[in-house]
Amino acid sequence: MTTNTTTKDTATGPTAPGETVLDARGVTMRFGGLTAVRNVDLTVNSGEIVGLIGPNGAGKTTFFNCLTGLYIPTEGEVRYKGTVLPSQSFKVTAAGIARTFQNIRLFNNMTVLENVLVGRHTRTKEGLWSALLRGPGFKKAEKASEERAMELLEFIGLAHKRDHLARNLPYGEQRKLEIARALASEPGLLLLDEPTAGMNPQETRATEELVFAIRDMGIAVLVIEHDMRFIFNLCDRVAVLVQGEKLVEGDSTTVQGDERVVAAYLGEPYEDAPGQEEVAEVEAAEAHADAPTDGAPRKETDR
Amino acid sequence: MTTHTNTPQAPAKEPTGPATGLIGIPPHIGRALATGGGVLTIVSAFLAWTWTDAFPGDLTVYGYPGGLQVLVLIGGALTALFGLASYGIKGLRWLAPAGADSAIKFAALAAFATAWYTVIAIAVDLGGLANLEPGGWVAALATLVALLGALALPYERPAPDPIDPDDTGWEQFRHKVRHTGTVVKAAFASGTTKAPARTLPAYAEILVIVAALALGLTVFTYGIGTEYDELFIGFLITAGFGFAATAKAGLVDRVATLTGKHRNVTMIGAFAAAAAFPFTQSDDQYATIGVYILIFATVALGLNIVVGLAGLLDLGYVAFLGVGAYTAAMVSGSPSSPFDIHLPFWAAALLGAAVAMVFGVIIGAPTLRLRGDYLAIVTLGFGEIFRIAVLNADGTSGPDITNGSNGISSIPNLNIFGFDFGQEHTVAGFTIARFANYFLLMLLITLVVVIVFRRSGDSRIGRAWVAIREDETAALAMGINGFRVKLIAFALGAALAGLAGSVQAHVTYTVTPEQYQFAHVVPPNSAFLLAAVVLGGMGTISGPLVGAALLYLIPAKLQFLGDYQLLAFGLALVLLMRFRPEGLIPNRRRQLEFHEEAEAPTVLSKAGA
Repeated sequence: MTTNTTTKDTATGPTAPGETVLDARGVTMRFGGLTAVRNVDLTVNSGEIVGLIGPNGAGKTTFFNCLTGLYIPTEGEVRYKGTVLPSQSFKVTAAGIARTFQNIRLFNNMTVLENVLVGRHTRTKEGLWSALLRGPGFKKAEKASEERAMELLEFIGLAHKRDHLARNLPYGEQRKLEIARALASEPGLLLLDEPTAGMNPQETRATEELVFAIRDMGIAVLVIEHDMRFIFNLCDRVAVLVQGEKLVEGDSTTVQGDERVVAAYLGEPYEDAPGQEEVAEVEAAEAHADAPTDGAPRKETDR
Repeated sequence: MTTHTNTPQAPAKEPTGPATGLIGIPPHIGRALATGGGVLTIVSAFLAWTWTDAFPGDLTVYGYPGGLQVLVLIGGALTALFGLASYGIKGLRWLAPAGADSAIKFAALAAFATAWYTVIAIAVDLGGLANLEPGGWVAALATLVALLGALALPYERPAPDPIDPDDTGWEQFRHKVRHTGTVVKAAFASGTTKAPARTLPAYAEILVIVAALALGLTVFTYGIGTEYDELFIGFLITAGFGFAATAKAGLVDRVATLTGKHRNVTMIGAFAAAAAFPFTQSDDQYATIGVYILIFATVALGLNIVVGLAGLLDLGYVAFLGVGAYTAAMVSGSPSSPFDIHLPFWAAALLGAAVAMVFGVIIGAPTLRLRGDYLAIVTLGFGEIFRIAVLNADGTSGPDITNGSNGISSIPNLNIFGFDFGQEHTVAGFTIARFANYFLLMLLITLVVVIVFRRSGDSRIGRAWVAIREDETAALAMGINGFRVKLIAFALGAALAGLAGSVQAHVTYTVTPEQYQFAHVVPPNSAFLLAAVVLGGMGTISGPLVGAALLYLIPAKLQFLGDYQLLAFGLALVLLMRFRPEGLIPNRRRQLEFHEEAEAPTVLSKAGA
């Protein structure tokens, strides 16, 4: 049963490019009076890496949670490969959407291998009885699961640490392990919530490579990130979420050039006098301020 | 306790001067004193310690150690052996793979504490030190010398922790106390230089396991057969410190690796050893204790699936034992049962387990949506509901099912294939009486529970349980149906308790609601079951078994504690939680959870069971 599902699911994984994997329509999430996400549409096509950016508190993670069944959207619907997502997170995973968490949520006191094996839970079927009776089917399934898990550990480069406790891994490797655990559920769409948070540039680049490799496996990726260089290197399309609403969506140049995005991140420039004039004005003001140099009160304001 | 733990690197970085002991005796003299003291202790055990046999155990005979003297003899022998091993004598070096010094300290402590306890008990019981024969003085002196010598042995001192001069006097005092504590702790810490294990041929490894199991059986049989309070206390002292000594010497680790390697051999051997227990007894007196311990331990092990693996704190677990017992009692053909049926044992046992499982699902389905403390409170409530419902189903305040507080009495003895459990049988020259029969039957049930625990724990479902315990949100996000998996754990635990209950009903003749309370002086009850799991070590197989044995034996043996039993028990639990929160036999995972600062053995071996 398990080996069958394995091949079946990976067969459905790499769909024809351009086919819509995730289709969120008019997703709205309200918590009491607060609307965290308002009427957001987003599609992810197979073979695509889509980025989701936005300032802190823009509703990115809330939107993520709506996609993974942790929250049920107040309005709107999310379809995965044409079917409406079920409302419980374990069913969403079974349907084919896997995720990682913003702050790593590994099973700390389980080994690296066990963590990945837990990820295989939805793709295996043996229940309590087969575990108690230990028939040949059980052993075969366990072996197949372990082989698949080892392949994934091989893929992310942690095979040599299979028996280490997850808690003892360095930070970067914990992030990788979380991705491997998500991949173990053989998803068609992988949601990464800030995969490079706290990483140094080398690790970030390695993660970039990893995400590309995952895409090449035929898995669509939706990624939240604050590291703009990472996002613009990686993504085919980027959507910008500001205050719960989708501001822009497009390729990296469109988004980077969009004034509203810059405004959302950096604030609005003066409306009437932007550019050269204003710069000149500021410089003049500074020069003027510099003139009465040795005033004691100025020192105080400096402080 | 702060950053200055006894990490092996600390002395390398800072020159801390020559390694010295706690006491200012030169180390080589200390070593000689310890070893010599150990030998002298052995000799003293053969002398008379008192003039009259009014003190139990008859310590008046020259040339033949009796009672507590045997325990002192063992302590002395351990001290002497570890002492000789520390000199590097060929053929004894295997005794201390992790360094003998801290083992000597504990062995000397074992001999000292037992000998001085005996001497003081003699003086108190008989009224004065005048009742001591020279042998008693020799023993006291020899053990003291050995202990002083052992304390003079060098150890790796933790780096001195300078005092902040700005602190207040009270802060400085606290600082000093804390630091002294660290120093003393370091003195008893086991050595870090571990000699690599010599690879033995497989048969030799199995022989080692067999020897360890035989030793375990001997110790247990001795403990259960101690005839008077003093001897049992002495036994606890010697066994406790003696075990610590062997653990510090690295022997326990070595055996644990072997048992982890040959798990099946160990399991079969352990059950063979347990099955041999009734054959070591001449009468049924201690087999009674044995069978009650076994019932208690089996139920505790079932609870360990729910609490230890799946992390569901169930405070009403004993209700499932009650369901199983009542079910088996009602179909046993007892005259006070409302049903006039007499099912064979296998059917009654299966029915007991099945009914308990149904109750588990009924109680679990609404409650398992709660997490943590709330679940604990609700299960506590359901446990009491069971007892009160049974109490009221007596025909006057409810339907006539359970006979109320009178319970179902005169449950007939089992009869399996013509083997009457109520009769004495003679097997190969050994007489096996009623409780011994039930002991062997119960052992089979325990075996079933052990196998269920092991197999379910090491499978897809077991991993899902641990994942749920570790992080429920992440587990759900990994596709685990949390509710379903938890319900399976709950129902499985209930079924195992019901199975044990179906035997318990026959052992006790009568089932009454009072047997299944939350807290009660006699185990098993929910509080004691949980205590056995926590005391022994959550998530392990041997943990609850050991925990249950201790929790049953200690109150049963120390009758003089009387009303203070629960107080002593509570005190012991508090101390244990303070100093060893992971339990006596910790699960590898748990140990790491509680001791984050400990240098991490990064690789999780499977030896923890």
